[in-house]
Formats: sequence, structure tokens, C-alpha cells
Amino acid sequence: MIRTTPFHPRLSELSTTGLWSHWAGYLSAQKYDMSAKHEYFGIRNSAGFFDSSPLYKYWVRGRDAERFLAGVLARDVRTCRPGRAQYTIWCDDAGFLLEDGVVFRHSDNEFMLTAAEPNLGYLRDLVGRLDVEVVDVSQEYGVLAVQGPRSREILARLSPDVAALPYFGHAQTKVGAASVTVSRTGFTGDLGYEILVPAADALPVLDAVIEAGTPYGMRPFGEQALLMARIEAGLLLVDVDFSSSRYAWTDHDRVTPVELGLRWMLRGIDDPERPFVGRKALRAEIAGGTSRWATVGIVVDWQDWDRVWTRAGLVPPKDETPLDYESMLYDADGGRVGYATSFMYSPVLQRHIGIARVRPDHGAVGSTVGLEVTVNHQYETVAAQVARLPLFNPERKTA
Amino acid sequence: MSPTSPTRTAKSREYDAIVIGGGHNGLVNAAYLAKAGLSVLVVERRHLVGGAAITEELYPGFQFTTFSYALSLLRPDIIHELDLVRHGFMPILMPSSFAPMENGDYLLLGPDRDENLKEIMRHSAHDADAMDRYEHDVERVCQLVKPLFDRVPPNLFGKSPEDLADLAWLRSHLGDAPAKVLHDAVRMLTGSAADFLDDYFESDILKGYMASSGIIGTKVGPMSQGSGLVLLYHSLGEHDGQFGAWAFHKGGNGGFTQVLARAAQAFGVEILLESEVDHVVTRDGRAVGVVLGDGTELTSRTVVSAVDPRRTFLELVEPRELPTDLVENINRFRFQGTSAKVNFALDGAPRYPALGDRTDQYRGFTNIGPSMEYLERAFDDAKYGWYSQRPYLDCAVQSMVDPDMAPPGKHVMSCFVQYAPYHLRGSDWDTEREKFGDTVQATLESFFPGFGDLVLHREVVTPLDIERVVGLSEGNIFAGEFFAPQMYFFRPAPGWSQYRTPIDGYYQCGSGTHPGGCVMGAPGKLASGQILADLRQE
Ligand SMILES: Cc1cc2nc3c(=O)[nH]c(=O)nc-3n(C[C@H](O)[C@H](O)[C@H](O)COP(=O)(O)OP(=O)(O)OC[C@H]3O[C@@H](n4cnc5c(N)ncnc54)[C@H](O)[C@@H]3O)c2cc1C
Repeated sequence: MIRTTPFHPRLSELSTTGLWSHWAGYLSAQKYDMSAKHEYFGIRNSAGFFDSSPLYKYWVRGRDAERFLAGVLARDVRTCRPGRAQYTIWCDDAGFLLEDGVVFRHSDNEFMLTAAEPNLGYLRDLVGRLDVEVVDVSQEYGVLAVQGPRSREILARLSPDVAALPYFGHAQTKVGAASVTVSRTGFTGDLGYEILVPAADALPVLDAVIEAGTPYGMRPFGEQALLMARIEAGLLLVDVDFSSSRYAWTDHDRVTPVELGLRWMLRGIDDPERPFVGRKALRAEIAGGTSRWATVGIVVDWQDWDRVWTRAGLVPPKDETPLDYESMLYDADGGRVGYATSFMYSPVLQRHIGIARVRPDHGAVGSTVGLEVTVNHQYETVAAQVARLPLFNPERKTA
Repeated sequence: MSPTSPTRTAKSREYDAIVIGGGHNGLVNAAYLAKAGLSVLVVERRHLVGGAAITEELYPGFQFTTFSYALSLLRPDIIHELDLVRHGFMPILMPSSFAPMENGDYLLLGPDRDENLKEIMRHSAHDADAMDRYEHDVERVCQLVKPLFDRVPPNLFGKSPEDLADLAWLRSHLGDAPAKVLHDAVRMLTGSAADFLDDYFESDILKGYMASSGIIGTKVGPMSQGSGLVLLYHSLGEHDGQFGAWAFHKGGNGGFTQVLARAAQAFGVEILLESEVDHVVTRDGRAVGVVLGDGTELTSRTVVSAVDPRRTFLELVEPRELPTDLVENINRFRFQGTSAKVNFALDGAPRYPALGDRTDQYRGFTNIGPSMEYLERAFDDAKYGWYSQRPYLDCAVQSMVDPDMAPPGKHVMSCFVQYAPYHLRGSDWDTEREKFGDTVQATLESFFPGFGDLVLHREVVTPLDIERVVGLSEGNIFAGEFFAPQMYFFRPAPGWSQYRTPIDGYYQCGSGTHPGGCVMGAPGKLASGQILADLRQE
């Protein structure tokens, strides 16, 4: 029997569609409203809330917790002060990406790591003789993401501490009687927060959020709206923009952080004081310039898009639903140069956009690639410009 | 003050082009001219740009879209060519349409096709698949007509090779259309909305809802010949590629025109506020500048009128300088505004008894026009010089889709009202304003019991107010009726549909030119193409 999250009793009342998917063994709403786009505008123009509870959550605690994570995670967790969080990744020995997640530093010796896939065995196997315990607390907490330009105002009504949280900061606070951790994090690329709440308190906290947010036009959103927002925000998704090296059969299905555009995470990689899994391979990749890919944004030439469809006697579609397949990219001579891993029409950018993997020599911002689309059952190529990620990056996100 | 923010005195005495009127068409036109490298001044009479597309805080915390209130017809190419997204362009989906009925039932359409069909079946099983057929047929017509929308109309009377080529294009474009599509187009362009809709639907509520788009802004009832054209015109709107879909721009249509102004300024356009152009200066049949109300004279090689045809031809220049037949045509050009607005600040969302405490029905338009007969009877009053005693209302609780329009938990509601004829028999609008507002409010009260208790503030906008404030003659929201003899090759007058005027260097780009009114920008853009082409010739 499929499990439900601690918020589910209320969320199931809010769903008008009855559309749920299975996410990490839990029911997760695809959309509550008949229109995922309406939910999306909650994120971009007022506020929305999303149930992130199915994420795996691990406490990493002990005298050596920092040393442990510094050796597991590719991003230097030592630069993360208590009260801060980091978007992070971990790699295998070959420097290929295993997964990404967010690490929250609660104190010198206490971290919480979130992940999309189970990692307890992997983490524990790497503990060795260090003084660290890794505890899976996935089921003990609910996580409620509250995202959008009005999210700060709404949450500050419940907990004034929230107003002062910096981007990727977090704090222990109270919502009503419940002790929660509120972090300024999320997967939408907008101003937004996540509330980590003990499962038993999840419903009262959700109810308080709904009560505070409803006058501001806040609405629940499901996976479809989240996936739209995250493409605009250039946030990569496991099993869509990359697959975990752990489960890949060939290197075609593997990528390194550098190839994924996450080179910035490797700052300090030359520091001999911090050996970490994959470091050697990654240093070699960087030194040798052997990266096979660059990860970039693409923005479709609107005239070309219209031309291709109009010529075929069709009304050019502008569908915000992300494609669930890859689209090939070509150079001017028809040679394959990469592929788009995510693609959609962006309502706020008013363009078709994507996240793409291209050969490094085609990754220059402003250069043109040809995107393959199927029009009237025929392959057509439309021009697209290579652009820097994120494609949508409002000031309020970090302000 | 940044070099491009609007000013109250012109920085120079001389420009390449002066655009009269800072409505959205004037701004679009100016932006394209500046983008092409011209120095451009927009002269606007009021303290803000936008014309009929403005948003004002008329009651503390409540943003009113005093006049126009939703966006659909804006030409998508303008969004990109003027880089509007960078300046804040943001059309928000309006995901539902709500049509209350007099018996307390309703039709509520949303974003899910199958759910809509089930909802339609509640009223008529027959009409469910009719809806699909109707939409498909109309979209085919839209596909055919859209290229005409986005091009300068051919000059029917010209004999130059370009004119003949334009006409040949038109002939082949229409000639290539499937017979059914062309015939549907003609049926819509010449017939009544009622006749067209009767061919598909049987349910009153659905027909009333659909027919409403056939009367907006125009002195016709759904049963009048010519309402089909208005229906088609509105169907040609598109939001994110979807014909007939409407959006609410962030901050209202005034939010949109502020975006336009920023984009225009980014191209170098200078905007002069609180300055009225008194007249256009001509020398030897050529426009050479304008004189402002305070006597200031500004010179320019190009003068563009972004106001309506009556002002363009009869007020800003001397009619005596124009060909007599043009003057005659403009004199008989029909304005006869027939629309009004009543806007509300509300303490909460209205309650519709059959839906209990639900409010999701207000996330789009609320259409008070439950049958074609209701609409036609509302028109009857107007035929004889009075406003509808039971008016048609197109309402939108805009704070539902854009919560920033009102304080938390409160709402603004925009109500577009028909019919409200500019010429009242035996009274005048200054006398009738509040009585008219009461009539509208009573109609709302009959559908939403307790509505009156929610009202914090009410703004009544009569056709006379539209004329006085925006300058649209007789308050016609489209700067001239959408009648076949006033459209396309004939807008605003035969022989003068290509944005030029008989005065060299004097152009027109307001909603009185092709394609016509609505917040669409096409006149402004198409006119800029003509101006730039002429400048290259000179
Ligand atoms: C009540 C109402 C509701 C509407 N609802 C909608 C809607 O929801 N959606 C939609 O798409 N369309 C709607 N419309 C139609 C649409 O708003 C208009 O067609 C469009 O805004 C007209 O734009 P414009 O630039 O052509 O002219 P205008 O907006 O009329 O601009 C003309 C400008 O010129 C200025 N001006 C006039 N004379 C002078 C002078 N001598 N010197 C200097 N400046 C001068 C005026 O102040 C004004 O700013 C509505 C219109 C009205 C009135």
C-alpha cells in the first residue's frame, strides 16, 4: 500500500483533480488544481506550497561530522557555518555524479542532509573509524515548501524570525506550538522557504500556513508546477537532467559536476587538506580539459518556432508542460552537438526554453544550436540560443 | 531623475518624430521608431501614460483598472521585438470563466477540457461536442484571418506595383483557404453572432456566454448582423499561443503600459506628460511639428497621431487641408460609444449561493449575460437612447489572479457594462452616473445576494467619462465602431488605411486604424513600419 506524508490528510482535501503520483514511495500531488499553470503563477506571482516530505533526510552527527561530510560531499561543507545550508553533490571515484541534495548545518557537529534517493548504506559505509552517526529520519519529519514572492510576508506572520533569514539560511523557530526549522531554500528559483516539522505537528503547521497565506492568494502546487519552475530556475533534476552514476550502465549516462555546470561547487578542490570521493578524477578532468559536455540554457528563437509550425499549417504550440523526453541538438551542418534534457514553454519568459547538454565547443553564450522538434510527424530543426543558467533569476530570490 | 524618466518639459525643441498620445499604441509606435534610431518624443495630455489601459489606486490599497481590464490581443511579436519581458511583462493565466444564471444555476468552465464537457452536458448533452466543433471551426477561421491582422491592409484603390502585389497576396491567401473555412469567415464577418452560434448550440447559458464576445464595445445586439465580426475579432486574441484565451497582466493593463513605457524609454523614447498637443503644424502640405497647449512649438520631420480618427483629422489639423471626401468619411465615422465600467473595492469575495463558500469561480471573467435574449433585451434599451435596465456585465475579480491588486483578503472587481449609449435621450451622463451605478449594482445584487454589503468603494465610468478622460470620441472603447465598413481597407476611411494621411509626414497609429481597438499594439507597430519605409525613401 502506498504511503502518505504527514500533510496528506489535508492535502487530499485540497486536491480537486485526484491526480497523484508515487514519489519515493509516497503519494505526491501532480496538481491540485485543474491548471498546473495556475499553480505555477502562485509560485511566480503570489505564493504556493508544496509537500516535499518524501525526500530522504539524514542526521549526520558527531565530533567528526564535518570531517566526514567534507570527505563525502564534493562541495566543501567546512565553508558552511551553523545556521546555513548548502546545495551540494556527491560523486563516485571516477568523478561522476551520484546525487545532489541540500546539507543544513545546525551546529558544529550536527548536519542534516536531504537526498532524493536512499543513501544511508552508502554514507554509513564511508564512516570508518570516525566519530559520526548517520541516522535516517526521513519518516520523522514533514517538509513543507512555501515559495513565491509573498512567501516571506506570509511566514513572517507565523514566525517573525523568518523575515531576517538570508538566502540558504535556516533557523529553529516555532509555528504555533510546534518547533520547526525554517530554511530559505527551495526548488523553484524564487523567494521561498522550507519548513521542517516533526511529523506529529505537521497538520497544525500546514493549517497555520494555509490560514496565513490564503488572503495573499497562496495555493498548493504539485509536481507539474514545480517542474516548470525548476526548469526556469536552471535547477537540475536527477533522472531527468542527469542520472546517478550508481545506476548507470554506460558512461553515456554519467556526468561529472563540471559537465553539469557545477564547477563552482568545486571551489577549493586543490586544497590538499580535503580529500573527498572523486577529487582525484575531478582534478584530472579540470587539468586536462577532458569534460565531454557543458550544461547550458537554451532559448528558442521565437520567429523560427512560429515559422516551422505555421509553415506546416499548424498553430504554434506554447505548452508549459515540460517534455518528458530529450530533444537532439545540431550544429549548422547537421552534426549532433548535444541534447536538451528539459524543455518547456516558459510563461514568465514567454519563450520556449530548455536545459541542455552540449559539446563544450558549443557552449558559448549567444551561440546558436538547432533544436530538433517533431512537426506533423517530421523532424524539423529550430534555432535556439545558448544562454547562461538560470534563465529566470528574480532579484527577490536572494534579496 | 534618470535621463529617460517621463518629464513635464521637453528636453529639446526638435525631434525626428513626435507621437501625439501616450496610449499603448503611441508607446508601441514610438518604441519601434526609436529602436530604428530616431529621436522620438511622446506627448501625453495626462499625468500618466496608457490611455485606456491604466491602473490607478483609487482607494487606499486597491488597484483599479479604470478602463480596459484584460489582455489577449496583444501581438506576440511585439513582446519579443520590444524586449518587454525584460521590463516586467507578465501575463497571468485566468483559468476559469463563470456564467451565473437567473435561476441560480451556473456554467463554470475551467482549464480541463473533459471537465468542461461534463459541465456543458449538465445544461445540454448536445452542446458538449458542439463546443469542440465550434472551437475548432473558429480556430481555423482565426488561423486564416490572423495574417491579415498582422499586415498593413492592401490599398484597394492603388494601382502601384506594390499595391497590386498586396492585393495578389490577399487573393492567394484567401484563395488557398478551404471552402468551409472561408465560408465560416464570411459568415462571421457579415452575420450575427446569434446565427453563427445557433448553428452549434442549443443551451441558452452557453449561447449567452459565447455571444457576449460578439457585443463587446459595439452598438450591436447578438442578433444584429455585424456581431459575428466582433465575436471573431475577440476570438483572434491569443494568450500563450491559445486563440481566444485571456490573461490578466500583472498590475492590470496599466501594469502593461508601464512595462511598455519602460521599454520605449530603454530605446531612447522621451515621454512628456501633462502636455496636450493643440495642433499639428503644417507647411506646404507637410507636417513639420506640433504646438502644445501652452504655446510651445516643437519641430519634427514626422508627426504621428496616436489618438482617434476624429481628433487626428478634424481637430489636430485643419480639415480644410484635407480632401473633402476624407473629411466626409471621418464625419460619418461611427463612434457612438455604448460601454461603461463600474469598478468596486470589495471587503471580500462575492458569494454565489449555489457554490456556497467557493471562490475559485472568480479566477477569470464572470459573465452576466445568461442568454442571448438577455443580451438582446439589454440592447433594446440602448436602441432607444437609454442604458440597459438589466445590463450585460463582464466582471473580473482581478485580485484573485493577481493578489497584489488589493490588500490581503480584500478584492477589486472590474465590471464592464453594456449597454450605456453615449447619447442619452432626455438626460445626460452627469445626471445619470450614480443611478446607472445603482442599476449595475442592483443587477449584481440579484446574482450575488449581499453584494452591496461588500462594497467599500465604487467607481462609475460612463462613456462621457471615457471621452473626457481618455479622449476617445463619444467614449467608443475601440476608437470607432467595429462595423464592416469601418474595418480593414476602410479603417478609418477608404484610401487611408495604410497609416498615412494626406499630409506628408503626418501619420496615424491609434485604434481607429487597422486592425482596430483593444490592447494589441498592432496599429502602433504597423504604422511604424510605414513611417520607416517612407523615411528610407526620402
Ligand atoms: C472601458 C474600456 C474597457 C476596455 N477593455 C478592454 C480590455 O479589457 N481589453 C482590451 O484589449 N481592450 C479593452 N479596451 C480597448 C482598449 O483599451 C483600447 O482600444 C486601447 O487601449 C486604445 O489604445 P490607443 O493607444 O489606441 O489609444 P488610447 O488608449 O485612447 O490613447 C490615447 C492617448 O492620447 C492622449 N491624448 C489624446 N489627445 C491628446 C492630445 N491632444 N495631446 C496629447 N495627448 C493626447 C490620451 O490622454 C491617451 O492617453 C477597453 C477600452 C475601454 C475604454
